Parts: sequence; structure tokens; C-alpha cells
Amino acid sequence: MSHPSLAGAFTANRDRAHWHDRALWFVREKRDRMASSVPEWEDLRQHASAIKMHTMSQLPHYLEQFEKNAIAAGAQVHWAIDGDEHNRIVHEILQRHGVRKLVKSKSMLTEECQLNPYLEKHGIEVIDTDLGERIVQLRNEHPSHIVLPAIHIKKEEVGECFHQHLGTEKGASDPKYLTEAARQHLRERFCSADAGITGVNFAIAETGGFVVCTNEGNADLGVSLPKIHIACMGIEKLVPRASDLAVFLRLLARSATGQPITTYSSHFHGPRQGCELHIVLVDNGRSEILKSSEFRRSLNCIRCGACMNTCPVFRRSGGHSYESTIPGPIGSILTPLRTPEAHSSLPFACSLCGSCTDVCPVKIDLHHQLLAMRGFLDRKRLIGMSKKVAMKLMSGLLSQTWMYTTAGKAARTALRWLPRFAVYNPLNPWGRQRELPDAPPESFRDLYRKHQAQPSTSVSGSEDSDRSKSQGGHHDNIA
Amino acid sequence: MTTSRDTIFANLRTALPESAPLPDLPPTGPWQTFDDPLARFSEVLESVGGLCVRVPSLEAADQQLNQIPEWQQAVVRVSVVDGVGDSTIDPDAISDPHDLESVDFAVLSGHFGVAENAAIWVTDDTVRHRVLYFLPQRLAMVIPSRQIVHNMHEAYGRLKIGQHAFAGFISGPSKTADIEQSLVIGAHGARALTVFAVDSL
Repeated sequence: MSHPSLAGAFTANRDRAHWHDRALWFVREKRDRMASSVPEWEDLRQHASAIKMHTMSQLPHYLEQFEKNAIAAGAQVHWAIDGDEHNRIVHEILQRHGVRKLVKSKSMLTEECQLNPYLEKHGIEVIDTDLGERIVQLRNEHPSHIVLPAIHIKKEEVGECFHQHLGTEKGASDPKYLTEAARQHLRERFCSADAGITGVNFAIAETGGFVVCTNEGNADLGVSLPKIHIACMGIEKLVPRASDLAVFLRLLARSATGQPITTYSSHFHGPRQGCELHIVLVDNGRSEILKSSEFRRSLNCIRCGACMNTCPVFRRSGGHSYESTIPGPIGSILTPLRTPEAHSSLPFACSLCGSCTDVCPVKIDLHHQLLAMRGFLDRKRLIGMSKKVAMKLMSGLLSQTWMYTTAGKAARTALRWLPRFAVYNPLNPWGRQRELPDAPPESFRDLYRKHQAQPSTSVSGSEDSDRSKSQGGHHDNIA
Repeated sequence: MTTSRDTIFANLRTALPESAPLPDLPPTGPWQTFDDPLARFSEVLESVGGLCVRVPSLEAADQQLNQIPEWQQAVVRVSVVDGVGDSTIDPDAISDPHDLESVDFAVLSGHFGVAENAAIWVTDDTVRHRVLYFLPQRLAMVIPSRQIVHNMHEAYGRLKIGQHAFAGFISGPSKTADIEQSLVIGAHGARALTVFAVDSL
């Protein structure tokens, strides 16, 4: 299904869509408060971007260095060309140790590789331990957001789900009560699991270790009790030096949830005594993305989710409408790169407003890439005729002055005189869920001509243009 | 036979991006600092659900600890800090970390704190089982009050990363907001964190 049809289903429930929008905007506002409390915020973003660009330019070198140091620290390193190989490697390790029950903390990579269904098919019980992920797992769903997996679910629905699966009281919806129930339920799993899987937030080339960030402590509990720790990471997760972590740990939680840092930022180097640590490095299309000068910056992503929280389309259409492990602006680049046929509608779920680019902690030029992605899909002949014809007509109209001015005049007149039912009806999607703006009495062209005729007087509205100059700063962020 | 590793490296080497410089990140660079790092540390710790108590000595920390009702009520207690609290079991005598499941309250030691985000640096050499940082119901952490760095750059400047199988920053008790963005303290790890910042250390 395409994004517009799934989004249409989501917005059909207006109250819910509005609630979802507000919940994410709340997180975006927390992020803003945190960002503005760090005077060198913009420098940090610049450094983060530069570190990632540098790392990508020498990725084979840093991967070799990481591998060597990780092995020296006692870890076992595995390489997977794609998701299937990743799943086989993980399964073989588990099989060798007779693992029946596995606890897993949040890892978008294992979602991407669809590890859970693979292992379940082979008779291994996989328990997602992040609270949000556990909720969506019990509901047989996928996360709708990479940092807030259950952001689309209301507490009453969590209550119903827990009543069915964990035996909480019927009708209970207090987040505190429900979280406590999940704590008890998952503690029992932590203590009886045979192995733990984590993702990796950052891997350090110079030390051969990696960092995992959580607030709940689920990753740490999951790997501090059983004897097997498997860490799954994409090959783009590297940073060259430990000191680079300072930049990323300062940016990550502030951008993601508006916290100064996650509760736990754990650094792993080698296994616990008498235990095993496996690191699975996965390509799964990343080396192809690196070859593309247009899209390689998307590999800088540190999965904070800030672009989703700020995106006006994501907030109003919900993460599931993207049908993609990584939804939102960054997902609308990464996913069509891998599966263009199935996801050709994603880069159009975007108004090119540039808000994602403004908040991205590693300065990915997201809205530029989203535009470039439309060209990429067009070159693959994946853009529908209706869109192409509309674009052709529009570009014809905009390239002829007389057509443009006539159309503008017609629109101004129509907006002023047409009765409501002629504008707000099912035939005009632009009139849905919004009020069209009041038609201005004259066009900008008319205003400008008048102004030129009397150059000495001050122009009304100059304040506005000054303000828009200082606010429309997102172009400054594009290197 | 070509391995996946070979294929990945060969693929990566076909079209590497132009080289770009790695920025210099000095520990005392143009980074945020605070007039009173400990005050800032306490303030941030409180905002993330923890509590910082400044005490002149370990004896004073011990007295303060004994006034915490949850410590008084704790059936299974562990302390790895000499002079602060006591242990009802010997965590070093336990070989299987699962046996620490019932710990109600643990007193652990941290090396230093970070003012900007109330993070405390901990390492696995102060405990036999690292799970003690995550499994006990409640935690107290003892840190030297004079060892509060301003920011993360300064923190990494004093660390040699890679010396410990486990090390990390802990900032406040465990928490989640996964149900409708309502913050709940006590997700899977500690339900509470009290930090004793000790002057005499």
C-alpha cells in the first residue's frame, strides 16, 4: 500500500491523529529546550557531521582496526553481507549453546533483518525487553517509531494488552501500574534467559569496543546475567576515537528525547570472564549507499528519531504509514534506496519544509536528499503517471508569465467568491482538515509595482520580511 | 573461497568518498563549563529522578544512608564501599550473578561525575558482578565531591577507554516514558539512585 492510502486511514480518526501529533511535538519541544541549553550545540553538530564524513571516507580502514582490537579484547567478530546471513550467524551461535530463550534490547538492525521471525521459526523464544517494543511485540505489531516504538498506542490499549498477556487488572491504564507489571514480567525473563542480544549505538575503532545507550537498563540486564552476549551492528556505526563519543553522547539523548544523556551509556570491551561476546557486522546494502554521492550522507544517521518528531507529515500520519523499519524523513531515504519498487511513495510524504534538516544532530541534508530521491525514483520509472502529468502541467504553467498571473488572479477571485461547498468538498483534497488562507487583495507582483512607483515611503510588511530572514535559517545548515 | 568479509571490503573500496578531515576535540576545548560543577550536577541529577547528598566524610554518608527508609527496610543489602552501609551477603563469594536477584539495596562506588548531565563513570573492577549496577531495586553511589568534571569532553579526556570489559556512565535511576510519554521511574534497573558526594575522598 502507498503512504497516502495508509496515512488516509490514520487521519480518518481525527482525534487520534491530533493526539499523536501533540505527543510527538511535546518531545520535539523538549529537544529544543535541551539544544538551546548547550551554547556550542551548532559546533557539536558540525563536529558530529565531520567525524562521520571522515569515518565514511576511510571506512574499510576503521573496520579493520575495529575488528583487530575487538578480537584482541576477546570478542568474536562475524561479517554478514545481508539480513539472511546475519540471521543465520546469530542462529548458529544460539544453536551451538543450546539457547531456547533470548532477551533482546532495542536494535533497529535486527528489525531490519527480521531476526525475530527467523529465530521463532527455529523454535527460539525471543523476548523484546524495551517496554515499548515489548508492547508492540505482544500486540503482534512493529514499532511505529525508532525511539518511541509504542508512541501510536494509547494507555488504555496497553492496559488491555497487559490484561490479556500479563494478567493486569481489567480496565487499568495507569502508566505507573502498567510499567510495574512489565517490570515484574520481564525480570523473570531476564533471570531465565540463556542469551542476550543488543544493538550498538557507537563502535570505537581505536579500542574495539562499543557503546549501548538505554534509559530502562534492559540492554545491561539482558547481557549481564546470561553467558552469551551478541551485539548486532551495521557497518556504519563506527567512530574512530573514544573521544568522539563525547560529541555523540552529548547530541544523542538531547536530540532523541530531550534528556541530557540516557540513564545508561555502557561501554563493552570483550566478554565477561567465562562468557562469550559476539559482534555481528552487517552490510545489507550499506556499501552500495556509500557509493552514491547523492545519498551517502544518510549513513551518518545515529537513529535519534528527531527528524520524525519534528516532521509535520510523520506526526500526522503515524509511523506505520511508511511500512518501513525506519520511518519518517530518514526512512524515506534509506528504505527506497533498498526497495524502490515497494516504497516509491515515501519521498513524497514530505513538504520539503526542511525542519528535519534543522534538527538532525549529524547534519544530514535530509530535505535535499528527499528531493533527490524523487529524481532517483523517476530515473527508475517508478513515479506514477498522475504525478508526472500534474508536474508537467504545473511546470508549463509556472514557466509562462501570463499563465501564472492569470492563474493567480483566478485563484484569488475564486477563493473570495466561491461558496464554501465549492471549495470544501471531497473533490478538493486541499480543503480537507484545513481552512484555506484568505485571498490577498492583490498579488506580490502588484504590490511590488506599487512600491517601485513610490520608492521613498517605507514598505508595509518590512518587519515580516526581516523576521522571515532570521527564522528561515535552515539553509545555513546545509554545508 | 571468497568470504562475506572479503566481499564487503571489496565493495567498500570500489567507491570511497573523498577524504575529509577528522576534527580535533581537545578535552578543554570551547565547551560548556559551570561556575559550580557540583551544584549543576545535583540540579541535573534531581531533574532525572535522582538525589545528590553532599557529605564531609564517609561516616557522614553512612549516617545519611541509615536514614533512608528503603535502606532500613532492605532485607538483602550489599555495600562495596568500606564504611558506608553493610552487606547481608558477600557479593564476591557468589559465582553466579543470578544469585544477586534478590538484592534490595546496593551501595556502589563511582569514579567521578559529569556536571552537564549528572552522569557517573563506573567500572567493573569495583564489583565482581557488573549486574550489581542494574539488578538491585535501589542504589546509592559514592563519589568524590571534588571529582566533578564540567562536560563529556573533559570526562573522556581523563579516561582510558578499553581497559574494562564493562564500564559506563549512569545518570539517575532507570526510567521509561514508553506508555503515552508519561515518565515512570524504575523501569528494569534501579528504582532510585542516591548519590553521596563525599568531600574527604
